[in-house]
Amino acid sequence: MTDLRHLRKDFPVLERTVNGKPLAFLDSAASTQKPVQVLEAMDDLYRNHYANVHRGSYQLSIESTAAYESARVRVADFIKAPDPNELVFTKGTTAAINHVAYGWGLDNLSAGDRILLTKVEHHANIVPWQIIARHTGAELVYLDIDEDFQVDISSLDDILDERVKVVGVTAMSNVTGTIGPVRELADAAHQIGAIVVVDGAQAVPHSPVNVSEMGADFLAFGAHKMLGPTGIGALWGRMELLEQMEPAEGGGEMITDVRLHESTWAPVPQKFEAGTPPIAEAVGFGAAVEYLQKVGMDAVRTHEIDLTRYALQRLAEIPDLTVYGPADPDNRGGAISFTLADIHAHDLATILDQEGVAVRAGHHCAKPLMRHLEIPATARASFYVYSIREEVDQLVDGLHHAREVFGVA
Amino acid sequence: MSLEELYRSVILDHYRNPRRRGSIEGDHVHAEGLNPSCGDEFALDIAVEDGTVVDAAIQGHGCSISQASGSMMAEAIIGKSLLEVDELIHKFKLMMAIEEGENPIDESKPGAVLGDLEALQGVRKFPVRIKCADLPWATLQDALREVTG
Repeated sequence: MTDLRHLRKDFPVLERTVNGKPLAFLDSAASTQKPVQVLEAMDDLYRNHYANVHRGSYQLSIESTAAYESARVRVADFIKAPDPNELVFTKGTTAAINHVAYGWGLDNLSAGDRILLTKVEHHANIVPWQIIARHTGAELVYLDIDEDFQVDISSLDDILDERVKVVGVTAMSNVTGTIGPVRELADAAHQIGAIVVVDGAQAVPHSPVNVSEMGADFLAFGAHKMLGPTGIGALWGRMELLEQMEPAEGGGEMITDVRLHESTWAPVPQKFEAGTPPIAEAVGFGAAVEYLQKVGMDAVRTHEIDLTRYALQRLAEIPDLTVYGPADPDNRGGAISFTLADIHAHDLATILDQEGVAVRAGHHCAKPLMRHLEIPATARASFYVYSIREEVDQLVDGLHHAREVFGVA
Repeated sequence: MSLEELYRSVILDHYRNPRRRGSIEGDHVHAEGLNPSCGDEFALDIAVEDGTVVDAAIQGHGCSISQASGSMMAEAIIGKSLLEVDELIHKFKLMMAIEEGENPIDESKPGAVLGDLEALQGVRKFPVRIKCADLPWATLQDALREVTG
């Protein structure tokens, strides 16, 4: 058992109460809490070093630029990117995927082409492709999921033919915890010349990630699900592809030269970072990554497996409770979606909130998955480095209370 | 705030045994409401003759609050004139604090105005759930706009 409870002192919000009960924050898959180290890094930038980046020739701008660019190096190192310039700062995971969909997809897809996705994808890895499909005439096809909620690649040979130009897959589902078969899909996709875009919104915060071993061409992730601030994320891509890819946004800072009727682009990554970037957020992102590196991503993953195993065991004690996700804690992420008897997920969330327990209720931005499972909504508990078993116990007590409120026999 | 105020037995009864569930065969107006943030869906058929709601039927799925609210609403509007339905909508929205004004519930005459619907007044104390209770009523307003053109 990996006990990381000593980290809790770094997260001031965890000390508060909600509705007179200790807060049990079990919604880290939606967004995590922030440690003081991240807050202080951002505060320090604003108090002591702040100016715009990449243009001023004065001391403050030099310091801000150095802070911004060293955050890039740090985040790139976190995912073992071979070159820090392959790391593009974006608004978040969603924006990163949109960059690829617009920047690569508009130029490289046409009628008759296919975009292969999986049925566990978040809307962020579906909707941008639907928009690009509408523009280009390309078609969306989906890999199914099996009875253990794993992506079913048994029929991959049939579905993956030369029509497929892009494969989009989550490395870890925010709903079921399913770990996407990224390596298998990447190997198969590259055989036919397709590119692979990985939604790393959950996998990057929750497990060690090495982009070279992953085999993907693009990886999208966001800071706020890994102890960092909102408003910033990253797109990693193979340099060769980033160099070919068109920018999805134009404006200041992303050009080499601008004339009245045409412009030339700055080198990667600036080509994709139009306008003043979120500077303090980048610094916060860097501090978050530094924090996680000190904890160690192997320890983060081990701790999450421990908590997931414990939570699945305890949830199994509750009559009429159904978990939607892989059974083996070693082979899944820590997002645990469930339903309880005929109590709707929103009612569960309201009752749990009265007990100080914060869970997410709804479709988790994965409506195609919910339709596939034939359920309108689930409640979801999810963890991070600061989560502890007592919070799982508080959740379980709250669920027993929900049964009483609803008079479930 | 207490959960008992929110989850009155009459609400759970309407949630588990929704009234007027189904659809209307003959002439009717159909309207659909969706709460995109939570996925709750509600659909309503109403038949109006000579300015009076003569039938109502509901479909959809969602939390206990949205579904019970719809069930009670369907029962409450049948037999009412369109003017009376407008008044009922107004009173409901006052009760839910969606419209500004005095809460119409007369504590000395409980049930006299809104009937079973008064059971939903506990929702007022759970602001994030008000939109659940309102979903059927917003859908009803859409249907009425179609009736009156």
